[in-house]
Amino acid sequence: MKQLHPEYGFNTLAVHSGTAPDPTTGARSFPIYQTTAYVFDDADHAASLFNLQEPGFIYSRLTNPTVAALEEKLATLEGGRGGTVTSSGHAAETLALFPLMAPGMEVIVADKLYGGTINLMGKSYRKFGWNAVFVDTDNPEAFRKAVTEKTRAIFIENLANPGGVVVDLEAIAKVADEAGVPLVVDNTMATPFLCQPFEWGADLVVHSTTKFLSGQGNAVGGVVIDSGKFPWLGNSKFPSLSTPSPEYNGLTFAETFGDLAYTMYSHAISLRDLGCTQSPMNAWITLNGIETLPLRMERHCSNGLAVAKFLEKQANVEWVSHAGLESSPYFELGKKYLPEGTGSVFTFGVKGGYESGLKMLESVELFSHVANIGDTRSLILHPASTTHRQLTEEQRIAAGAGPEVIRLSIGIECVEDIISDLDQALNCL
Amino acid sequence: MPGPASVDHNSYPDSYIREILRNVRSIAMVGASATWNRPSNFAMKYLLKKGFKVIPVNPNAAVKKICGETVFPDLSSLSGTVDMVDIFRPAEDAPELVEEAIKIGAKVFWMQLEIRHAEAAKRAEEAGLQVVMDRCPKIEYARLTGELGWNGINTGVISNRRKRL
Repeated sequence: MKQLHPEYGFNTLAVHSGTAPDPTTGARSFPIYQTTAYVFDDADHAASLFNLQEPGFIYSRLTNPTVAALEEKLATLEGGRGGTVTSSGHAAETLALFPLMAPGMEVIVADKLYGGTINLMGKSYRKFGWNAVFVDTDNPEAFRKAVTEKTRAIFIENLANPGGVVVDLEAIAKVADEAGVPLVVDNTMATPFLCQPFEWGADLVVHSTTKFLSGQGNAVGGVVIDSGKFPWLGNSKFPSLSTPSPEYNGLTFAETFGDLAYTMYSHAISLRDLGCTQSPMNAWITLNGIETLPLRMERHCSNGLAVAKFLEKQANVEWVSHAGLESSPYFELGKKYLPEGTGSVFTFGVKGGYESGLKMLESVELFSHVANIGDTRSLILHPASTTHRQLTEEQRIAAGAGPEVIRLSIGIECVEDIISDLDQALNCL
Repeated sequence: MPGPASVDHNSYPDSYIREILRNVRSIAMVGASATWNRPSNFAMKYLLKKGFKVIPVNPNAAVKKICGETVFPDLSSLSGTVDMVDIFRPAEDAPELVEEAIKIGAKVFWMQLEIRHAEAAKRAEEAGLQVVMDRCPKIEYARLTGELGWNGINTGVISNRRKRL
């Protein structure tokens, strides 16, 4: 793992980064700044803030102290320069692409993704004139072949949803680098505890913080983190960052802010205009969640692998897709990119197809049937009838969400209890 | 503190930058602009607000005052010494400015974002000056006091105390 700080390691940073004691009160738990606006010292101070000439708070749609603490913590843990927290993971995807895209431009997208992202990028983005070009996740050459003059970004999920797929980050980062466009990696399923995509050449990372980061299924949120490494200055492909912004008195973000440019733009323009801000309350819940991320991820991973190994031996199970199993085609990539564990979200196929899948859901007693992942509780889902149901049959199979597929998100309960619940449910088929 | 010769100009320890910003009281800002929306202008304004004495240096004779401070045409025209010379000038001007900074007895030679000049840095260090390049004192001050974190920037500062420089 890359050294994130000259003195402190990952677990220390998960607890302490971004959340020094409150300067006014000394409060040790970071306060919830539940406010919309902030007083200006005088008219000149207000002008300096609106001109982006001095750090400070104006209005919580753009910045808020509690939300900023979460941004700094996430940027620190990913080894990034800055972060922009959003109202959801979907908002983070749009916010990540907003400074890069324009009508008629293209984003190359891996075809193994969360079903909601396939819809967002494949359908809704067309309304903005943004064209998503889907390519085979497992084939870096397919990404290379899809590059055109109009390409402005490549988007992939690391450890792709609905599970068990490890993406060859380094190979795809090389394609992005040669194409001169940023690689955007959704790192929700791995979290920075298991993999830091910037180490492998990614330029931007997005998360749904709703999942393992907040960790208890109680706060919807997202984040975009910038590595600070992409060369925006003088880059005609990205005029948002490389040419003067009239509303900020002709300020050019890449010139004025250097490696802070992307994060400054994301607050001063993207959040200002799109308004997909996270509430201070959700940010506070997520800050607390991240403090225990390393402990939870260790347990999620060990429980997840034990359950996968159990399932692999069951007569009613056709196959198990977990990158920690030696039978997985992703086993070697998993060892390379996720040496500490390949997560706890994965899929398996039940014998008997669609009907057996539904029967399985109705037979579990400990697992919760919900459309979420990364909770302390073990969760179960039948993607074909839920998260991926709005896709075509062909898209579902390409995304690893065929009729027989069950998705699990293994929690941190006693592993024997989790296994026993699945065992009795499989016996009901 | 490491001596000047041991400074890695690709990666400054926070302690190095913090010591400079704590010790420096007066700054000659070469290339300060009178135009309110240029980075040098609002960097100067910010540093003045934080209590530094900032002396603008700009050869344009038409510019008499910047942010209320009297403008000097070059470093050699300053009446006394300054603790730090901060340059908003192209890198090729750095060697000449280092010589002037040494002559007026400055203790720190600081080159702004995107400005790097290894030879000029070496010359300044040999004369006993501390050198910073490709950084902005406004950004570094805001980073080390935690203000930069207000915009979601990773300040790298971990503290068990209320934030201060």
